[in-house]
Amino acid sequence: MTDALARARAAVCAVTDPEIPVLTIADLGVLRDIRIDGTSVEVTITPTYTGCPAMTVIALDIETVLARVGFPQVRVVTTLTPAWTTDWLTEDGRRKLAAYGIAPPEPAAGRRALFGEPRPACPRCGSLSTEQISEFGSTACKSLHRCLACREPFDAFKCH
Amino acid sequence: MAPTSITTTSITLGETPRIRALLARADDALVLGHRLSEWTGRAPLLEEELALANIALDLIGQARALYTATGQDEDRLAYLRDAWQYRNALVMELPNGDFAFTISRLFLVSAASDRYWRAAMTATDPDLAAIAAKAEKETTYHLRHAAEWLIRLGDGTADSHRRTQAALDALWPYTGELFEPDGLGPEIARADWETTVAPVIARATLACPADGWMQSGGRRGRHTEHLGHLLAEMQVLPRTYPGATW
Repeated sequence: MTDALARARAAVCAVTDPEIPVLTIADLGVLRDIRIDGTSVEVTITPTYTGCPAMTVIALDIETVLARVGFPQVRVVTTLTPAWTTDWLTEDGRRKLAAYGIAPPEPAAGRRALFGEPRPACPRCGSLSTEQISEFGSTACKSLHRCLACREPFDAFKCH
Repeated sequence: MAPTSITTTSITLGETPRIRALLARADDALVLGHRLSEWTGRAPLLEEELALANIALDLIGQARALYTATGQDEDRLAYLRDAWQYRNALVMELPNGDFAFTISRLFLVSAASDRYWRAAMTATDPDLAAIAAKAEKETTYHLRHAAEWLIRLGDGTADSHRRTQAALDALWPYTGELFEPDGLGPEIARADWETTVAPVIARATLACPADGWMQSGGRRGRHTEHLGHLLAEMQVLPRTYPGATW
């Protein structure tokens, strides 16, 4: 890897998700590729959900951090293939999510039964005695739950 | 007397069969997404407020990807076409009605979309296949959410039961159009769709309406009066201030 590519990569990998600021786009698996051609950089990202409004902010943040480390010419490309999956969330990302109070997704959940009840462990007390309040939470990628042991509500990252 | 000159901001569009098929799916998603977004601030409870807004967001995201796949500018397609250039199925543009009607429509439509997107993942058109792989995951959630509400409403109070049955009866003639082949994606058999919806309707203690005469025309640009009103609200800003940015 060239020095320039390493510098660009380090800068881009540190960009965080505007809605879950403890996760970088590398942790999330949203960052797919970085290429350098002369002085211009091409960064490929993929959305978690097709309508994810954070994508525009992420693209702007990538342009900003790259300009700061000496790459004023940036092209951010969005790709849909292969489709993002929660399996791309890194182990480090899962730990950071739980520490932030969001239950990480079950690995390799795949397509669940239509009426299956997801019961993530409470990110605060670890209890498995939880219930889902709503399939849809504060952002497209999260659902809303309640811990029956410590009584705290919490967000869970949807399996996908 | 015919007016001598008319200025219009509408675009003219050279529709290939591929563009027409992509527009059918895109317009379905955009128009239903817009209808669902009308519940924002009015939903019966906070969780449902979040849910309907999230589903609307997914649908509008799908619409954006589909518009872009036509090779045209997404904003021009959404904002600068008139009702007769829209290719959505009529069921999408019907007014929201009560909560039972909104949920019943979301259920019937999502059950069809779910099958369509799952089958379209192996479509030969690479753009359609890529969008399908994203959309099928989102649609699974929409279908499950709507199915759970349909059961809750149908098997709820006498009033919620009556309203939900009335909604299903009113919507049923609009479901035929969902299975008209688009010439690009997979063909979905209505009988397969019925194997998804019938058990849920039965579990909701509701009656499956009998198949009768079916409404059609949306795919050919023949719409109900409701679409024009919806577009007027959606398009007023870019039509009034062409090229406006913020």
